[in-house]
Amino acid sequence: MATDTITVRYFARLREELGTDSEVLALDAEQRTAGDLLNTLAERGGPWRQLAGDQPVMIAVNQAMARPHTRVGPGDEVAFFPPVTGG
Amino acid sequence: MDLVQVGEEDFDPAEEYAHLRTSGSGTGAIATFTGLVRDSGDLSGVTGLYLEHYPGMTEQVITGLIHQARERWDLHRVRIIHRVGSLRLTDQIVFVGVSSAHRSDAFAACQFLMDTLKTSVPFWKKELTDSGEHWVEQKASDRQSGERWEE
Repeated sequence: MATDTITVRYFARLREELGTDSEVLALDAEQRTAGDLLNTLAERGGPWRQLAGDQPVMIAVNQAMARPHTRVGPGDEVAFFPPVTGG
Repeated sequence: MDLVQVGEEDFDPAEEYAHLRTSGSGTGAIATFTGLVRDSGDLSGVTGLYLEHYPGMTEQVITGLIHQARERWDLHRVRIIHRVGSLRLTDQIVFVGVSSAHRSDAFAACQFLMDTLKTSVPFWKKELTDSGEHWVEQKASDRQSGERWEE
Protein backbone atom coordinates (compact mmCIF):
# COMPACT_ATOMS: atom_id res chain seq x y z
CA MET A 1 0.00 0.00 0.00
CA ALA A 2 1.53 3.28 -1.07
CA THR A 3 1.67 6.16 1.37
CA ASP A 4 -0.71 9.01 0.69
CA THR A 5 1.44 11.45 -1.22
CA ILE A 6 0.96 13.86 -4.08
CA THR A 7 3.46 15.33 -6.49
CA VAL A 8 3.37 19.11 -6.81
CA ARG A 9 4.97 20.78 -9.83
CA TYR A 10 5.77 24.45 -10.49
CA PHE A 11 6.44 26.14 -13.80
CA ALA A 12 7.90 29.30 -15.33
CA ARG A 13 8.06 32.37 -13.06
CA LEU A 14 6.70 30.41 -10.07
CA ARG A 15 9.33 27.69 -10.54
CA GLU A 16 12.07 30.32 -10.51
CA GLU A 17 10.74 32.34 -7.60
CA LEU A 18 9.97 29.32 -5.43
CA GLY A 19 13.33 27.77 -6.29
CA THR A 20 11.93 24.31 -7.07
CA ASP A 21 10.25 22.56 -9.97
CA SER A 22 8.61 19.74 -8.02
CA GLU A 23 8.20 18.12 -4.64
CA VAL A 24 6.40 15.15 -3.13
CA LEU A 25 4.14 16.00 -0.19
CA ALA A 26 2.37 13.84 2.34
CA LEU A 27 -1.31 14.46 1.86
CA ASP A 28 -2.90 15.91 4.95
CA ALA A 29 -6.52 15.02 5.70
CA GLU A 30 -7.32 18.74 5.67
CA GLN A 31 -6.09 19.19 2.12
CA ARG A 32 -9.03 18.03 0.11
CA THR A 33 -8.83 20.48 -2.77
CA ALA A 34 -6.18 22.20 -4.87
CA GLY A 35 -7.13 25.46 -3.12
CA ASP A 36 -6.48 23.91 0.33
CA LEU A 37 -3.07 22.84 -0.91
CA LEU A 38 -2.32 26.36 -2.19
CA ASN A 39 -3.20 27.86 1.19
CA THR A 40 -1.02 25.35 3.04
CA LEU A 41 1.94 26.08 0.75
CA ALA A 42 1.43 29.85 1.12
CA GLU A 43 1.92 29.46 4.90
CA ARG A 44 5.58 28.69 4.24
CA GLY A 45 6.01 32.45 3.88
CA GLY A 46 8.43 34.42 1.69
CA PRO A 47 7.88 33.82 -2.04
CA TRP A 48 5.29 31.13 -1.20
CA ARG A 49 2.86 33.79 0.00
CA GLN A 50 2.10 34.71 -3.61
CA LEU A 51 0.25 31.38 -4.00
CA ALA A 52 -2.57 32.83 -1.95
CA GLY A 53 -2.06 36.47 -2.99
CA ASP A 54 -3.59 38.75 -5.58
CA GLN A 55 -1.70 37.38 -8.57
CA PRO A 56 -3.59 34.71 -10.49
CA VAL A 57 -2.26 31.17 -10.13
CA MET A 58 -3.42 28.55 -12.62
CA ILE A 59 -3.95 24.98 -11.46
CA ALA A 60 -3.74 21.61 -13.17
CA VAL A 61 -4.64 18.28 -11.57
CA ASN A 62 -3.34 15.20 -13.35
CA GLN A 63 -2.40 17.36 -16.33
CA ALA A 64 -5.87 18.80 -16.88
CA MET A 65 -6.81 22.41 -16.11
CA ALA A 66 -8.47 22.61 -12.71
CA ARG A 67 -9.91 25.11 -10.23
CA PRO A 68 -9.34 25.79 -6.52
CA HIS A 69 -12.31 23.58 -5.62
CA THR A 70 -10.98 20.61 -7.65
CA ARG A 71 -10.46 17.65 -5.31
CA VAL A 72 -7.02 16.15 -4.90
CA GLY A 73 -6.24 12.65 -3.72
CA PRO A 74 -3.36 10.22 -3.15
CA GLY A 75 -1.10 9.78 -6.16
CA ASP A 76 -2.35 12.90 -7.95
CA GLU A 77 -0.03 15.26 -9.80
CA VAL A 78 -0.94 18.85 -9.02
CA ALA A 79 0.70 21.76 -10.84
CA PHE A 80 0.70 25.49 -10.10
CA PHE A 81 1.77 28.05 -12.68
CA PRO A 82 1.27 31.63 -13.88
CA PRO A 83 -1.30 32.39 -16.62
CA VAL A 84 -0.05 30.84 -19.85
CA THR A 85 1.63 32.90 -22.58
CA GLY A 86 2.29 30.64 -25.57
CA GLY A 87 1.51 31.12 -29.23
CA MET B 1 -4.02 12.78 -40.25
CA ASP B 2 -3.63 15.46 -37.60
CA LEU B 3 -0.25 16.50 -36.24
CA VAL B 4 0.60 17.85 -32.78
CA GLN B 5 4.30 18.53 -32.40
CA VAL B 6 5.96 20.25 -29.44
CA GLY B 7 9.74 20.45 -29.35
CA GLU B 8 12.89 22.41 -30.03
CA GLU B 9 13.14 21.62 -33.74
CA ASP B 10 12.29 24.22 -36.38
CA PHE B 11 9.67 23.46 -39.04
CA ASP B 12 9.16 24.07 -42.74
CA PRO B 13 5.80 25.75 -43.50
CA ALA B 14 6.03 24.55 -47.14
CA GLU B 15 6.23 20.97 -45.96
CA GLU B 16 3.26 21.49 -43.63
CA TYR B 17 1.28 23.10 -46.46
CA ALA B 18 2.04 20.10 -48.67
CA HIS B 19 0.60 17.76 -46.02
CA LEU B 20 -2.55 19.90 -45.78
CA ARG B 21 -2.87 20.02 -49.56
CA THR B 22 -2.96 16.24 -49.91
CA SER B 23 -6.02 15.87 -47.68
CA GLY B 24 -8.20 14.69 -50.57
CA SER B 25 -10.07 16.04 -53.58
CA GLY B 26 -12.79 17.46 -51.33
CA THR B 27 -10.35 19.98 -49.87
CA GLY B 28 -11.00 23.46 -51.21
CA ALA B 29 -9.37 25.67 -48.59
CA ILE B 30 -6.22 25.83 -46.50
CA ALA B 31 -5.62 28.45 -43.79
CA THR B 32 -2.29 28.68 -41.99
CA PHE B 33 -0.79 30.90 -39.32
CA THR B 34 2.89 31.22 -38.40
CA GLY B 35 4.07 33.15 -35.33
CA LEU B 36 7.59 34.61 -35.12
CA VAL B 37 9.86 36.04 -32.41
CA ARG B 38 9.71 39.84 -32.73
CA ASP B 39 11.87 42.58 -31.24
CA SER B 40 9.33 44.03 -28.82
CA GLY B 41 6.71 42.63 -26.48
CA ASP B 42 6.42 43.51 -22.78
CA LEU B 43 9.99 44.83 -23.20
CA SER B 44 11.66 46.61 -26.12
CA GLY B 45 14.98 45.44 -27.52
CA VAL B 46 14.04 41.77 -27.28
CA THR B 47 16.91 39.60 -28.56
CA GLY B 48 15.25 36.23 -28.08
CA LEU B 49 12.76 34.13 -26.15
CA TYR B 50 12.93 31.19 -23.81
CA LEU B 51 9.83 29.00 -24.02
CA GLU B 52 8.87 26.59 -21.25
CA HIS B 53 6.02 24.06 -21.30
CA TYR B 54 4.44 21.26 -19.29
CA PRO B 55 5.44 18.11 -21.19
CA GLY B 56 2.57 15.68 -21.55
CA MET B 57 -0.14 18.13 -20.56
CA THR B 58 0.76 20.46 -23.43
CA GLU B 59 0.12 17.81 -26.08
CA GLN B 60 -3.09 16.62 -24.38
CA VAL B 61 -4.55 20.12 -24.20
CA ILE B 62 -3.72 20.84 -27.86
CA THR B 63 -5.29 17.54 -28.91
CA GLY B 64 -8.40 18.55 -26.95
CA LEU B 65 -8.55 21.91 -28.76
CA ILE B 66 -8.36 20.13 -32.14
CA HIS B 67 -11.21 17.89 -30.99
CA GLN B 68 -13.29 20.97 -30.09
CA ALA B 69 -12.49 22.57 -33.46
CA ARG B 70 -13.60 19.42 -35.27
CA GLU B 71 -16.93 19.52 -33.42
CA ARG B 72 -17.55 23.11 -34.55
CA TRP B 73 -16.28 23.08 -38.12
CA ASP B 74 -15.90 20.61 -40.97
CA LEU B 75 -12.14 20.09 -41.04
CA HIS B 76 -10.04 17.73 -43.10
CA ARG B 77 -6.56 18.04 -41.60
CA VAL B 78 -5.12 20.00 -38.70
CA ARG B 79 -1.39 20.45 -38.09
CA ILE B 80 -0.10 22.28 -35.02
CA ILE B 81 3.57 22.78 -34.19
CA HIS B 82 4.86 24.76 -31.20
CA ARG B 83 8.51 25.20 -30.42
CA VAL B 84 10.07 25.36 -26.94
CA GLY B 85 13.52 26.19 -25.56
CA SER B 86 15.74 29.07 -26.73
CA LEU B 87 14.63 31.01 -29.80
CA ARG B 88 16.26 33.95 -31.50
CA LEU B 89 14.81 37.06 -33.11
CA THR B 90 12.75 36.24 -36.26
CA ASP B 91 12.71 32.50 -35.42
CA GLN B 92 9.44 30.64 -36.00
CA ILE B 93 7.54 29.85 -32.79
CA VAL B 94 4.23 28.34 -33.80
CA PHE B 95 2.41 26.94 -36.82
CA VAL B 96 -1.31 26.25 -37.12
CA GLY B 97 -2.61 24.86 -40.42
CA VAL B 98 -6.11 23.69 -41.26
CA SER B 99 -7.61 22.23 -44.42
CA SER B 100 -11.32 22.16 -45.15
CA ALA B 101 -13.84 22.16 -47.98
CA HIS B 102 -14.61 25.86 -47.50
CA ARG B 103 -12.70 28.97 -46.51
CA SER B 104 -15.06 30.02 -43.69
CA ASP B 105 -14.40 26.79 -41.77
CA ALA B 106 -10.65 26.97 -42.43
CA PHE B 107 -10.34 30.63 -41.35
CA ALA B 108 -12.50 30.22 -38.24
CA ALA B 109 -10.83 27.01 -37.06
CA CYS B 110 -7.35 28.46 -37.59
CA GLN B 111 -8.22 31.55 -35.55
CA PHE B 112 -9.97 29.51 -32.83
CA LEU B 113 -6.94 27.24 -32.49
CA MET B 114 -4.49 30.17 -32.26
CA ASP B 115 -6.67 32.14 -29.82
CA THR B 116 -7.24 29.20 -27.49
CA LEU B 117 -3.62 28.03 -27.80
CA LYS B 118 -2.56 31.34 -26.29
CA THR B 119 -4.88 31.15 -23.29
CA SER B 120 -5.28 27.48 -22.39
CA VAL B 121 -2.13 25.53 -23.31
CA PRO B 122 0.68 25.41 -20.70
CA PHE B 123 3.40 27.38 -22.50
CA TRP B 124 5.28 30.31 -20.95
CA LYS B 125 7.47 32.82 -22.75
CA LYS B 126 10.40 34.65 -21.23
CA GLU B 127 11.71 37.67 -23.13
CA LEU B 128 15.47 38.04 -23.25
CA THR B 129 17.15 41.43 -23.74
CA ASP B 130 20.69 42.78 -23.34
CA SER B 131 19.67 44.32 -20.01
CA GLY B 132 17.82 41.36 -18.50
CA GLU B 133 14.97 38.89 -18.83
CA HIS B 134 11.25 38.98 -18.11
CA TRP B 135 8.43 36.41 -17.98
CA VAL B 136 5.73 37.66 -20.34
CA GLU B 137 2.43 38.56 -18.65
CA GLN B 138 -0.84 37.23 -20.05
CA LYS B 139 -2.68 40.05 -21.83
CA ALA B 140 -6.33 40.93 -21.19
CA SER B 141 -6.75 41.18 -24.98
CA ASP B 142 -5.52 37.59 -25.41
CA ARG B 143 -7.87 36.43 -22.66
CA GLN B 144 -10.78 38.13 -24.43
CA SER B 145 -9.78 36.58 -27.77
CA GLY B 146 -9.82 33.14 -26.14
CA GLU B 147 -13.07 33.74 -24.27
CA ARG B 148 -15.05 34.92 -27.29
CA TRP B 149 -15.16 31.32 -28.53
CA GLU B 150 -16.87 30.13 -25.33
CA GLU B 151 -20.54 30.02 -26.11
